[in-house]
Amino acid sequence: MIAGLIGLSIFFLIPRNVTQRVRAVDGTMKDTLVRRVPINLGLDLRGGIYLALELDESQGRVQDPEDAIDRALTVIRTRIDEFGVTEPLIQKVGSDRIVVQLAGIDDPGRAKQIVQRSAYLEWRITDMDQRFREALPAIDGALRRAGVRAAPGVEAATPSAVEQLLGADSQTTVADTTLADADSSDVLEDGPGHLSSYLFAGQIPGEFHVEEERYLQVDSIIRLDVTERALPRGIELFWGLEPVSMGGRPYRPLYAVEDRAVITGEYLTDASATIDPGTRSAIVRFELTRRGGRIFGRESAEHVEDYMAIILDGRVHRQPPIIRSRIGRSGQIELGSVALQEAQDLALVLRAGALPARLSIVDERAVGPSLGHDSIEQGTRAAIVAAVLVLVVMAVYYKKAGLLAIAALLFYVTFTLAGLASFGATLTLPGLAGFVLSLGLAVDANVLIFERIREELRMDKTPRSAVDAGFQNAMPAIIDANVTTVLTAAFLFQFGTQAVRGFAVTLIIGIVASLITAVFVTRTFCLIWLQRRTVTQELSI
Amino acid sequence: MFRLFDDAKYDVLAVWRIAAIAAVVFMLPGLSLLLFRGLNTSIEFTGGTLIQLSASEGIETADIRSALAPTELDGAEIQTFGAPDEFVVRARLDSDEEVSEATTQRTGVVLDSVLTAVFGADSYEIQRTEAISPKVGGELRTRVQQALFLAFGAIFVVIWFRYEWRFGLAAVAATVHDILTTLAFISLVNLEVSLVVVAGLLTIIGYSLNDTIVTFDRVRENLKKYKRKSIYEILNRSINETLPRTVLTSGTTLAATLALLFLAGQSISGFAAVMTFGVLTGTFSSIFIASPILLAIERRWPGEDVRGAKTISQAGATVVR
Repeated sequence: MIAGLIGLSIFFLIPRNVTQRVRAVDGTMKDTLVRRVPINLGLDLRGGIYLALELDESQGRVQDPEDAIDRALTVIRTRIDEFGVTEPLIQKVGSDRIVVQLAGIDDPGRAKQIVQRSAYLEWRITDMDQRFREALPAIDGALRRAGVRAAPGVEAATPSAVEQLLGADSQTTVADTTLADADSSDVLEDGPGHLSSYLFAGQIPGEFHVEEERYLQVDSIIRLDVTERALPRGIELFWGLEPVSMGGRPYRPLYAVEDRAVITGEYLTDASATIDPGTRSAIVRFELTRRGGRIFGRESAEHVEDYMAIILDGRVHRQPPIIRSRIGRSGQIELGSVALQEAQDLALVLRAGALPARLSIVDERAVGPSLGHDSIEQGTRAAIVAAVLVLVVMAVYYKKAGLLAIAALLFYVTFTLAGLASFGATLTLPGLAGFVLSLGLAVDANVLIFERIREELRMDKTPRSAVDAGFQNAMPAIIDANVTTVLTAAFLFQFGTQAVRGFAVTLIIGIVASLITAVFVTRTFCLIWLQRRTVTQELSI
Repeated sequence: MFRLFDDAKYDVLAVWRIAAIAAVVFMLPGLSLLLFRGLNTSIEFTGGTLIQLSASEGIETADIRSALAPTELDGAEIQTFGAPDEFVVRARLDSDEEVSEATTQRTGVVLDSVLTAVFGADSYEIQRTEAISPKVGGELRTRVQQALFLAFGAIFVVIWFRYEWRFGLAAVAATVHDILTTLAFISLVNLEVSLVVVAGLLTIIGYSLNDTIVTFDRVRENLKKYKRKSIYEILNRSINETLPRTVLTSGTTLAATLALLFLAGQSISGFAAVMTFGVLTGTFSSIFIASPILLAIERRWPGEDVRGAKTISQAGATVVR
């Protein structure tokens, strides 16, 4: 039983590899593997920013606030990569608030700007003539030449991008590329065909797919100045918002589109999703302004049978639909036999571009990484000192039985940390304080038991029966006494902010862990200890 | 064998008058100050902006104050925070004033630009920012009130079920004592009441009840064991029997809170201070307050109940050997 608990605890505490998406200096992303103990740290310990946003109604009331919040949420989710953090948390709280939590970010101003920037929707025709595809050999050549040509020059222009190719490659060990083992000076030179080798042609003109694990790597290639210069005139590249699954593997769509929008969000007035009663197909209906209708009528007539990408904030949403005929002020996008929810999501994207929702920040908390680091250091120091003090008191007061209590305390620490890890609880600064506090409280159960055993011994019981009676008689007091603390902690959890929730969780886990330790671990130790002695001597307690 | 208070036979109940006077003497100045001045609540509850910065050497509170004087942040509180080169600037929002949600945001920008203009961008580093709108602050106030209310309610219910009413009343009275003394303490040292401090207060309630309950558990047991002894004797005996445990647990808990107070940094020191005081007052009340009140209640409303059926029926705990 004990062995099982310990095994489980250790399992939860093994440092493991976690992929972290990190933003490089130039704003591009890369994946790195980090080895760490899987306990979540709160923003106050990791450093980071917490933002609560509400609709900005300072310039008049917002019509249909629920829809406005959903639109804003869609927009912020679209920008998820821009934040450049591993696990951005973006969620709607209640019906009127969006909470964004970004751990490890150092520049609150930038994060706020990303969140509050108004959305931009545009529709662009994809690369129908496959000009990008035809230009790929030339781009590869340009990349190769750039790699051959003086490495310092390239590095000066795009230092982190080159670094990133290396960084990403050395960590994702893939055998089939020569980039993996290359060293920095000749990476670009040795690549077989730099860009083209990563791209798979998609189903429609201008669509390509990239293996999801290659996404960031390819992203940094297409951001190189060399690549941008080598692109055919009038063509730009945009990523799809989300990876698509093909043959069970995730691929990220990449779209080559015209550099000119056929229409933008400002001409859109509304969009809604329905199911076509005849075909059972999910459709999104949209309405344009009078002027938008004229523009779109002309453009759509020109581009019949062409594909049109829906781009919100630089991300292509869904696979571009085909233009069947000339469209005027209103039109519809057929999605086929998909769930209505998908059509609703697309309608939301269109509305988000049409009716930007202004947000105001109602709650902002930012903690710099150095302060968080200091907090961890000081908290750990306090925990160690507290533990040592408690250990000394117990050893002096209870002698050998005190050693049992010390062993129990070590188990207790393991259990508590494992509990935090396994429940995915977040450790915050108050949580750390709660942990230190619980070190003092944790021995209480042991103290109650030992005191009881002492009393039983004085009634001239044998050590064995004194131990049994001590455990039995101490239990009601232990349970009664802890129920109130658990209750108050539960209410704190229910009503508190993230930091205080961390405190409540550690306290609850701590109390439960101390009960488990006292009841199972200490008791077993006591019994083992007694069995070792054939002659029942004085109990050192 | 080393043992604290081994076989102690202190007549704890006899000193109830002194204990009561001590408690009142402590509470009066703090609580009257509280009525007069109110609680120093953090911007989490009031709304406002807090910026913690570490400055290069040579910058002092007065420098920052004079830098801010010509701006709209003229009334901001500026304090050193833990170390002489760490500062906290607090700009509270006046609740009477008509405040737009953007005000809190603007405060941060103003402060940042003023500091850059006066001291240069490299001379300080912003460590922590909190900008909370009055609306969010108000919501948190409501939520904390609900939490406190529900927590009290839940504790009463637990005590109601597990204990005979005389015990429950005495335990509640002891808890009220702890809350009042802690509030007096907070008021006396003008501690900033943040959400974490409220959490500390709730934890104290749990902790102090814990102490009281352990003693009362012993009283229940002794009432069964020594049927002929007077309630006075039994109470005294129970306090003395649990005294080693009370002192030892308070000691280890105090070790933990003191470690927090002195080592864990300024951000958590308010919580640590409240907890340290709370452990002391909680221990005091469970020894010197709870039992005398139980005795007084028992004398005022004597009944068989204290020795009666309800006290024995502890779930799974009746030990017959």
